[in-house]
Amino acid sequence: MLTLKQTRRVHSALIGLIAWAIALLLFFPIFWMVLTSFKTEIDAFASPPQFIFHPTLDNYLHIQERSGYLRFAWNSITIALGSTVLGLLFAIPAAYSMAFHPTHRTKGTLLWMLSTKMLPPVGVLVPIYLLAKQFGLLDSRIALIVIYTLINLPIMVWMIYTYFKDIPRDILEAARMDGASTLQEIVRVLLPISKGGIASTVLLSLILCWNEAFWSLNLTSSQAAPLTALIASYSSPEGLFWAKLSAVSTLACAPIVIFGWISQKQLVRGLSFGAVK
Amino acid sequence: MADLKIRDLKKGFEGHAVIKGIDLDVNDREFVVFVGPSGCGKSTLLRLIAGLEEVTSGTISLDERDITDESPARRDLAMVFQTYALYPHMTVRKNMSFALDLAKVGKQEVESKVNEAARILELGPLLERKPKQLSGGQRQRVAIGRAIVRNPKIFLFDEPLSNLDAALRVQMRLELARLHKELKATMIYVTHDQVEAMTLADKVVVLSAGRIEQVGSPLELYHHPANLFVAGFIGTPKMGFLKGTISRADASGCEVELEAGCRIILPRAAEASAVGTPVTLGIRPEHIGVTDAGAGSFDVTADVSERLGSDTFCHVRTTSGEPLTIRIPGDFRDVYGECLGLTLDADRCHLFDAEGQAIRPLMRQAA
Repeated sequence: MLTLKQTRRVHSALIGLIAWAIALLLFFPIFWMVLTSFKTEIDAFASPPQFIFHPTLDNYLHIQERSGYLRFAWNSITIALGSTVLGLLFAIPAAYSMAFHPTHRTKGTLLWMLSTKMLPPVGVLVPIYLLAKQFGLLDSRIALIVIYTLINLPIMVWMIYTYFKDIPRDILEAARMDGASTLQEIVRVLLPISKGGIASTVLLSLILCWNEAFWSLNLTSSQAAPLTALIASYSSPEGLFWAKLSAVSTLACAPIVIFGWISQKQLVRGLSFGAVK
Repeated sequence: MADLKIRDLKKGFEGHAVIKGIDLDVNDREFVVFVGPSGCGKSTLLRLIAGLEEVTSGTISLDERDITDESPARRDLAMVFQTYALYPHMTVRKNMSFALDLAKVGKQEVESKVNEAARILELGPLLERKPKQLSGGQRQRVAIGRAIVRNPKIFLFDEPLSNLDAALRVQMRLELARLHKELKATMIYVTHDQVEAMTLADKVVVLSAGRIEQVGSPLELYHHPANLFVAGFIGTPKMGFLKGTISRADASGCEVELEAGCRIILPRAAEASAVGTPVTLGIRPEHIGVTDAGAGSFDVTADVSERLGSDTFCHVRTTSGEPLTIRIPGDFRDVYGECLGLTLDADRCHLFDAEGQAIRPLMRQAA
C-alpha cells in the first residue's frame, strides 16, 4: 500500500511527465526547423532524418547574399510598429468612450466590430488591391500599415475595453473634479493605471502584424516586403530547399520569439503590479 | 463665500425621473447632510451639484453664478468618493498635488499646501507611500486631503464612511466634524446613516423618492417631523406609530380614539370637520411610560427586551397588534410575555393626518 504522501508524489510525477511530453511535442517542429537550418541541403533531405551532421552556416550566408535579410526585417519592424501605434491612436479613445460613456448601442458596436473579423480576407482582396493601386500604394509600407491596423483594430479595442472596464469610474471622475480635461484624464490617469493591459495589447498587435502573410504577399513585391514575404520566396513547390527554407524561417521567427520572451516577464509584472484594487 | 442655490432641479435617466424637482439653499460655512433610504436620489443630487451628471431641467448657482452647465473642473468644488478613488499609480503626495499640478500652481505653493493638509490630517509620514500601502482610514484621509489642498468653495462627500468598519467610522465622524470647524468650510455630505446625519449636520435634508421631505436642523427634525416618513426615518429606535380616529376636536385640542384601546387628548389643532377621519399617532420610545397592567392608558403584551446597560429597549405589541418600542433608562427586568400598562406623554405625541402630514400643535398662549 502506498501512503498518502507517496500517492501524491506519483501523481505529481505523472502530471510532470505529461506536461513535458506536450511541451516537447509543441517545441519539436521549431527545434527541427532550427536544426535543419544548419544542415546542407543534402543532409536536410536525407532519409532517415539525421540528428548528427556537420553544421554549416552556408544557408544563412546564402540568404543574406541573395536577398538581404536586414531590409526585410526593417520592413517587418516598421510595419508592425507603425500599425500598432496607429491602432492605439484609434483603439484607446474608442475603448475609453465605450467603457466610460456607454450608450445602449455600445454592445452592438462591439459585436459588429468583431463580426468584421469573420469575413474571409480573400473576399475583399480585389477591391483592396484596386484601391491600393489607385492610390499608388502597391508595394508600400503605408498600405500594409493601414490594412494591418484595420484588421487588428477590433481585437485591440476589445482588449483595451476589457481592461478599462475594470477601472473604477470614480477614479476618472475624481480626476475630472480635480480639473483634468478628457485628454489629461486619459493620459495622466487612465493610461498609467492600465499600462499592463496596454502592454499586452501592444504585444499581441506586434505579433499579429509580424506574422501576417496574406496581405503582405498580395500587396508587396520587393520594396515593402516584410519577412513573411521573404519566407514565401524560398518555398518552392518542389520542396527542394529545405535547409534554406528552415534558415529563413528561423531568421523570421527569431526576433518576435525573443521579443515575446523578454516582454513576457514585463507583462506579468505589469499586470499584477498595476492592479487597481 | 459659498452660497449654493438649487431651483426646481430635475433629473431623469432614460425617461425615469430620479430627481423630481428640488429647491434648496446651502449657505456659506454650513454643514448640510442629504439623508434618505437607498435609491432616494441623494447621491444623484450630489453628482448633479458636482457636475458629474447632466441636469435635465432646473438651475444650480454658486455665489450668484449659474453653474448648471459648467464642467466639473470649473465649478470650484471638491469631492470625496465612497471608494476613495485615489490614483493608484501616484504617491500620497502626488495624489494630493494632482489638482494643483493641473492648474499649474507654482512648486513652492503646492509644497506648502500639501504639507499643510498633511499636517491637519496627520498624513506626514505617509506622503511617499502608494495608496495600496495604506489602510482604509488612511486612504480616506488622503481622499479628504486631496480635497483640502484645493481650497474649494464647497466640499462634497459621497457616503465617505460607509466602507470603514464601525469603530473607525465613529472616529472619522469626529474628525470630519472637527475639520468642518477648523477649515470653516461649506460641506455637503451624503449618507444613508441617520446617526451621521444627526451628529454632523447643521442642516439635514431628508430625501425620499427624488423629493425633499423636510429640511431642518437635526433637533428640529427629531422633535417636529413634518410627516410620517421623516418621523419614522429619524431616530433610533424608530418612533412608534398607533392608528386611530379623531373623535372630538375643539379649541382645547383633539381627542383621538386609538385602535390600541384608549382615548387620548392631544394639544393639536385639528378642525372640527376632521372628526371621524383616520390619523396616526407617533410617539418616541423615550416618551412612553411603563406601569402595571390595567394601571396605564392601555395594555400591551411584552416581547423581547434589548438590554444595552445604559438603556433597555423593551419591544411590546398592542392588543390591535401594533409594535411599539419603549426606551427605559438603565436596566429593566425581563418581562417577556407579561402584560404591561403603558402611559403616553400627550405633550410629546405627534399626530399625522390620513396623508401622513403632521397636524400642527396648538398655539401656546403667550406667558
